[in-house]
Amino acid sequence: MTAVQPAGDASQLVVDDLRIRFRTPQRVIEAVRGVSFTVVREKVGIVGESGSGKSMTGRAILRLTPPAAEVSAKQLRFGRTDLLACTERDMLKVRGRRIAMIMQDPRHALDPVMRVGLQIAEAIPAERRGTRAENRGRVLAMLESVRIQDPERVFDLYPHEVSGGMGQRVMIAMMLMPEPSLLIADEPTSALDVTVRLRVLAILDELVGQRNLGLLFISHDLNLVATFCDRVLIMYAGRIVEECAAADLARASHPYTRGLLASLPRPGDRRARLPVLARDPAWLVP
Amino acid sequence: MIAVEDLRVRFGTGAAAVDGVSFQVAPGEMFGLVGESGCGKSTVLRALCGLNRTWDGRITIDGKAVAPTRSQAFFRDVQMVFQDPYGSLHPRHTVNTVLTEPLSIHGIGGTDAKVAAVLDQVGLGPAFRYRYPHQLSGGQRQRLAIARALILEPKVLLLDEPTSALDVSVQAEILNLLHDIRQQRRLTCLLVSHDLAVVSHMCSRIAVMNRGRIVEELSAAQLDAGTAHDAYAAELLAASRGYDRALAETRPAANDPLP
Repeated sequence: MTAVQPAGDASQLVVDDLRIRFRTPQRVIEAVRGVSFTVVREKVGIVGESGSGKSMTGRAILRLTPPAAEVSAKQLRFGRTDLLACTERDMLKVRGRRIAMIMQDPRHALDPVMRVGLQIAEAIPAERRGTRAENRGRVLAMLESVRIQDPERVFDLYPHEVSGGMGQRVMIAMMLMPEPSLLIADEPTSALDVTVRLRVLAILDELVGQRNLGLLFISHDLNLVATFCDRVLIMYAGRIVEECAAADLARASHPYTRGLLASLPRPGDRRARLPVLARDPAWLVP
Repeated sequence: MIAVEDLRVRFGTGAAAVDGVSFQVAPGEMFGLVGESGCGKSTVLRALCGLNRTWDGRITIDGKAVAPTRSQAFFRDVQMVFQDPYGSLHPRHTVNTVLTEPLSIHGIGGTDAKVAAVLDQVGLGPAFRYRYPHQLSGGQRQRLAIARALILEPKVLLLDEPTSALDVSVQAEILNLLHDIRQQRRLTCLLVSHDLAVVSHMCSRIAVMNRGRIVEELSAAQLDAGTAHDAYAAELLAASRGYDRALAETRPAANDPLP
């Protein structure tokens, strides 16, 4: 049974007081400790260092956390669907179809022994699947929309035959096939070179705009998120310590955000030493 | 201190990985080599330090021409710090073993005092001496890798992406450490990275590599002003400032791997 909530935007993601715990025989590790935010047809960035809980937050939305994780929240809702009340069967209708996830490294996320075209075709939902030729046509059109210039050739390649940038485009094409209304991108461009990254982001930007999607962009790169997203959430030790419009990130007020920004080297700014982030235990308390 | 002339490296019968690279690094200078994956920057470094023996051209370090096979004295003068602090340390060797091994290979005495001093200098302290790598964080491991390179008191330090596996706050600590050490010891450094921001922060001069060649050499002033003449160098400079839709749309890629 899908629990029904009062109507809102059908593609609004509401996360309220999300907590993720790992219980070990020795102690309880709290990876995410009360995270709340909403995403509606906009580009929201989650930034944080390794271990801040940003990826866990993204995975918990799709229930992709490891089996040992205990996920709880006051509310975890996508449109009218209560993601907490969903059975595993209900989740199949959400995962990939309404909310899709783009992983960091296409080389690990794609099946190495299957041609990329067929993998993308596999993502077409069963009820929309046509004849083989129709499916192929759809995949080729999708490959074209992620600006792959020679879709006929790329269709028949294996993942090891495509470059990192092209692999990520293939991933994006695959994730868009079921026409989701929210994309979660977990470090989608971290494995790519800077100039290739720029082009993949432009494609993502264009598709999100055209199709009016929401995008949850998880990244460790402050600079990138500030220039790419509309809104930024900064996570530290499982909490959101600051939330601001991306354009205002330079004027962020939390000492952690300020410390991170200051410790970034940037061209055109010569300092002999970079300020080092001094972590304040008080940041751990809400 | 380091002079490289017309360096060429070819693997098998394929295209040249490094295709005629020349540059010079003055004593005490920090020189940066930037480029994207596959441009040959790490291959240059591996040829320099002797990990790759099949190269053509001329390499001179400290006035001495370097032959494809190196003497032991060479390795005392030239040390390297690798990219991945998780892969470059033996998992079953303690910090103490990691640091004493180079000393015993080169037959240097005074081990105990030297290990204590170098641990202190990289900011680890005596408490870390008998730990294993898995008991250290990424930043601490990279400090240990730097300590291992420094313990032989080299003249030249080769750095291959020393901070790309670290978080930005830890990256700042390691960059500061490298800056301090270089000043104290008057080390000559060659820093290889894909991150233009890091390289331009650390180096007074950088060379941009693309497809096995140096396409442009930039001074600190040119870097700060963001003026590059070569199309690829300019694109790299712009891309390292963050996402800019107009830039991604208008500029045809100088290095597009697409057909």
